[in-house]
Amino acid sequence: MAQVFHPGANVLARASLVAFILLPVGLVGAGMGLTRSSYNTKVGVPLDQPVPFSHEHHVNQLGIDCRYCHTSVEKSAFAGVPPTHTCMSCHSQIWTNSPLLEPLRESYRTGIPLKWNRVNKLPDFVYFNHSVHIKKGIGCDQCHGKINHMNLTSKANTFFMSWCLTCHRDPEKFIRPRDRVFNLDYEHPANQDELGKHLVEKYHVRKDQLTDCWVCHH
Amino acid sequence: MNNLNNNQNSTADAIRQKLSGKTGRKYWRSLEELADTEEFRSFLEDEFPQQARPLALPIDRRQFLTLMGSALALAGLSGCRYLPQQKIVPYVKAPEDLIPGQPLTYATAMTLGGYSTGLLATSNMGRPIKIEGNDLHPASLGGTDVLAQCSILHLYDPDRAQTVTYQGEVSGWEVFLDALRIELTSHKSTGGAGICLLTESVSSPTLHSQIMAFLRTYPKAVWRQYEPVNRDNEQAGAILSFDMDVHPVYNFDHAERVVSLDGDFLGTMPGHVRYSRDFMDGRRVRKDHAVMNRLYAVECSATITGAVADHRLKTLPSRMEIITRALASYVGVPGISGTVTPAEAAWLKALAVDLLENKGHSVVVPGDQQPAVVHAISNAINLAIGAQGNTVSYIKPVHSIMERLGTAGQSMGQLESLSSLANDMDSGKVKTLIILGANPVYTAPADLDFALRLAKMTQAGKFTACLSAYSDETAALCRWNIPRAHYLEGWSDGRAYDGTLTLSQPLIQPLFESRTDHEMLAAMVGLPQAGYDIVHDAWLKYLTPKSGNTLQPSTIDPAADPEKRWQKALHDGLLEHSAFPPKTVSLKSGWESILPPPLYLPPDALEIVFRPDASAWDGRFANNAWLMELPRPLTKIVWDNAALISPATAARFTLAEGDMVEISSGSRKLTVPASLLPGHPDNSITLHLGYGRTRGGKVATGVGSNAYILRDSVSPYQAVGVTLHKTGEKYQLVSVRAHSSREGRDIVRTGTLADYLRNPKLVDERTAEEDKPTVSLYPPNKYEGFGAYAWGMSIDTNLCIGCNACVAACQAENNIPVVGKDQVSRGREMHWLRVDRYYQGEINNPDTVFSPVPCMHCENAPCEPVCPVAATVHSHEGLNQQVYNRCVGTRYCSNNCPYKVRHFNFYKYSAGQPNNAPGNYDIPILKLLANPDVTIRGRGVMEKCTYCVQRINHARQTAKTEDREIRDGEVVTACQQACPPKAINFGNINDPHSQVAEWKKEEADYSILGELNTRPRTTYLPRLRNPNPDIKDG
Repeated sequence: MAQVFHPGANVLARASLVAFILLPVGLVGAGMGLTRSSYNTKVGVPLDQPVPFSHEHHVNQLGIDCRYCHTSVEKSAFAGVPPTHTCMSCHSQIWTNSPLLEPLRESYRTGIPLKWNRVNKLPDFVYFNHSVHIKKGIGCDQCHGKINHMNLTSKANTFFMSWCLTCHRDPEKFIRPRDRVFNLDYEHPANQDELGKHLVEKYHVRKDQLTDCWVCHH
Repeated sequence: MNNLNNNQNSTADAIRQKLSGKTGRKYWRSLEELADTEEFRSFLEDEFPQQARPLALPIDRRQFLTLMGSALALAGLSGCRYLPQQKIVPYVKAPEDLIPGQPLTYATAMTLGGYSTGLLATSNMGRPIKIEGNDLHPASLGGTDVLAQCSILHLYDPDRAQTVTYQGEVSGWEVFLDALRIELTSHKSTGGAGICLLTESVSSPTLHSQIMAFLRTYPKAVWRQYEPVNRDNEQAGAILSFDMDVHPVYNFDHAERVVSLDGDFLGTMPGHVRYSRDFMDGRRVRKDHAVMNRLYAVECSATITGAVADHRLKTLPSRMEIITRALASYVGVPGISGTVTPAEAAWLKALAVDLLENKGHSVVVPGDQQPAVVHAISNAINLAIGAQGNTVSYIKPVHSIMERLGTAGQSMGQLESLSSLANDMDSGKVKTLIILGANPVYTAPADLDFALRLAKMTQAGKFTACLSAYSDETAALCRWNIPRAHYLEGWSDGRAYDGTLTLSQPLIQPLFESRTDHEMLAAMVGLPQAGYDIVHDAWLKYLTPKSGNTLQPSTIDPAADPEKRWQKALHDGLLEHSAFPPKTVSLKSGWESILPPPLYLPPDALEIVFRPDASAWDGRFANNAWLMELPRPLTKIVWDNAALISPATAARFTLAEGDMVEISSGSRKLTVPASLLPGHPDNSITLHLGYGRTRGGKVATGVGSNAYILRDSVSPYQAVGVTLHKTGEKYQLVSVRAHSSREGRDIVRTGTLADYLRNPKLVDERTAEEDKPTVSLYPPNKYEGFGAYAWGMSIDTNLCIGCNACVAACQAENNIPVVGKDQVSRGREMHWLRVDRYYQGEINNPDTVFSPVPCMHCENAPCEPVCPVAATVHSHEGLNQQVYNRCVGTRYCSNNCPYKVRHFNFYKYSAGQPNNAPGNYDIPILKLLANPDVTIRGRGVMEKCTYCVQRINHARQTAKTEDREIRDGEVVTACQQACPPKAINFGNINDPHSQVAEWKKEEADYSILGELNTRPRTTYLPRLRNPNPDIKDG
């Protein structure tokens, strides 16, 4: 009786055994990689917007304060996206014929708002509040990155819960003086450990409460 | 299947054996529990009754395993999905005062039966989402009732009438206006003869002046008011005794002794929210203020007022007059007498002595549903005991008075008004009928046969139009239907129970093509106007000082700018000092001689009592799924009404819970399930109105039985000489009274005031010892430093009236889904807060105790260690947190919870599963209703009371941005806010000076099942009674 298996079948069998172990690991690894890649998280990926608004130009070059447009950032959970009227306070005077601003002018004419694509998104069961973070010395760029250097706006961080917890567990490492919150080019000083501890105490940040589930989820 | 409601025959037998007046165990919640049947015990043992049902699948084991395996493999994939790109849509021009993400609150008012209650409505980005009481408003003082709480669901009800229709076809407002103009113009030459306007009770001065303007344009037109639950009897009684049309307003804050003659002033009487507060404030027993008022209740049904009473005498409706007469003779009203039984006489004499001893501090409250004679005699008693000016004042009626045709100053009752309309319709006098809001086809007394008359009119081609929130029974028979605006959609005004002018402002543009009564009237006089202009213009007139302005309060400052005062009224929701001034009344001479002689009926004759329902009211709230699923205060029945009878009457007719009975009154018959209610008077049947609707929404249709069928215009609230027979059929009445039983443990504490003074703990020493928290190996939790809070709640059961406002408020605040009757029958109701109702003592007239039970937030929470995935964990402020995203649905926590306050989403209830239950959030319009600060829970997760953590967080965030600690009283939970007598207190127990800490410092403070060492954060104050030592028992 002829041999059923070709000698090469041994290699195949051995390779299968290896693959049996490696393939699931690889698949899981690939899945994890994909989840964390910017393909999924959209970190650094600018989204299409009705108007190609540049934070680099408005914030860095012109020096407009964050709160000129994001008016409710100190008062509400939601930082606020400026109404058409805010944009038109300048753009009724400058760049009045720019084709890039046509959607804006149309919104002003028709009264139909612009529809921006949301860049920094949290799930609906997360109740994030901007005003508290601002008051407790967490700078804008801590989450939004160097937005003053973005020509087109994109996400700077994953906004995963584990990422939130890096700060909620150790706020000392990230806290800064209140008067530096809107300074987007702020660099943490060399004595951050010391300063952080001091500020956490001074600003009444209660570390124990920060990791309670219901502080963010309810 | 251990369904309690299907196994009632043996239960009833067991109860009947116990009916020989034997005293049961100390506290009990249902007759089934008292009888302790086999079914009841097995229902208790099986907390999730449906889960153990053996699988009866049409597949074999191998197929099953294959399917389960692939299901497991694919389960992970269900977490992967592409969500659509979210958009941010900013304003073009931002409105003033609106900060995106911050809710705004406006003062408004809901008017029911002509009585306005001031409310605060919370709006989130333009969506009204929650109703609360208005602290400034005299009819609310911060509290609300269930109807106001649930009225927000009505706003978003997808079943509401949405377009103007003509003979069932979609039409338009403009088309209607044209038709109306042509119709009314054709009557111009005759001065409007043949035009009839039918409204609900009108207390709105603006609407009143509009109607008057209409009647000036068409002098021969007639206006009729009809409200099925009205105050005709009160009015007639005042005319009988005082010869003046006045209504009583009670001042319970001055009352030491209160007698309710079937007066449900805590539940249904106009002003009941305020009355609950004032009356219960007299029962706020504290160590340093241990005094209590005393309430005697004579009842011909069973109400929450009777449940709170210190002494309760039950009687037949027909005997109420005799008892009132006897009481009058004992307090010394000349010329009145009644023959009562010796036992009743002893009771009433002791009561009379007590009233006279407290002259000037006592009051008699006759029920709105009692006949005029009872009101007349009660008025005389009130004058005899010096109540006038102290505990009761008389004001002119709050709603508009209709004058009898051809007589000046003689007012006409609403029933009479409707009867005359019916007669005019019959004789062909009515050529044009315009109905605003009322639903007479459903609510009119059966003998008027309104449906037939209206149908005839419409068929004869006459102009019939109705302004109605739903396409209801009346709308179906009218040619024109115009959708009626919700009170949050249109401008209006009204008067509170004491006459205070109340402003009702909208929070949202009408969702549909709806109009208010005011806009309709403006169209009728040919000057269509926007609601704001109508109300604003009318108010500027009241607010402009001028002589002879009768609407104007006397305290008006003539220098004040009317527009500024309008702004203030708008802010407050009312016009200050605009309550009607009290009128001094005196008895008309010879009043007693014109009273009809009392009727003595044989005591075993059967009688019916008709009462408005706690949930459906007169039927107008029947399409409100929240209200339908809210357990009725005493019966705890949901999604139904029933013929309520006493256990003794049930024994007489060999009836058990859920037996169908046919009740006949004259030639009219109604088939309805019977339900046994301990403490209900014998030989009497209570039927609640508002059910058995044939049209008017998916929820309303087909729920319960229509009691209006038996109601006639001669005696609309009671019927004598009725017969009852058992049909032999069974009906499944679903009640939550047996759910989450404590299996016989006495967990509520009650006592008399004397007991309390002797021993505030109200328990023996051994139990008190058990109470003390046992020693723990672990160090106690520390709450130290700036911003350290330990949240806790205290509930004073002595103040609880069992009205369920807290449950309704919790449902609205926390996006709690409706599950439907079938799911409730399986013990799967989702209310995070329930009000347990306990009976104590004898089955025929037990004492009733209410005990609201939210999550206890135990410091040693039994639910926490058993969760395999740490989905329920303790916070650093002592909150027992439930994390929906971690929960995998093992239900171990609920099994281990001794308080049974956890609720499991067996289906995706929030999306209307399993039977398309109404009131869910999957219908686009109902999504507007959801509170954005609370996650909507999906299938397979456990949920429970959070102590309104979203409100805690809101207060915390506000405090943090202001760099301070949360102040005492800054966090108000939804239940606490709604509670009319303010029986719930919440706050930081870490602060020894907080109000809640003060309540908890009371010696009487106790924990439910404290011996388990769960250390609940929710503790209770005991229920006390203040019986009259001269009365053995009523």
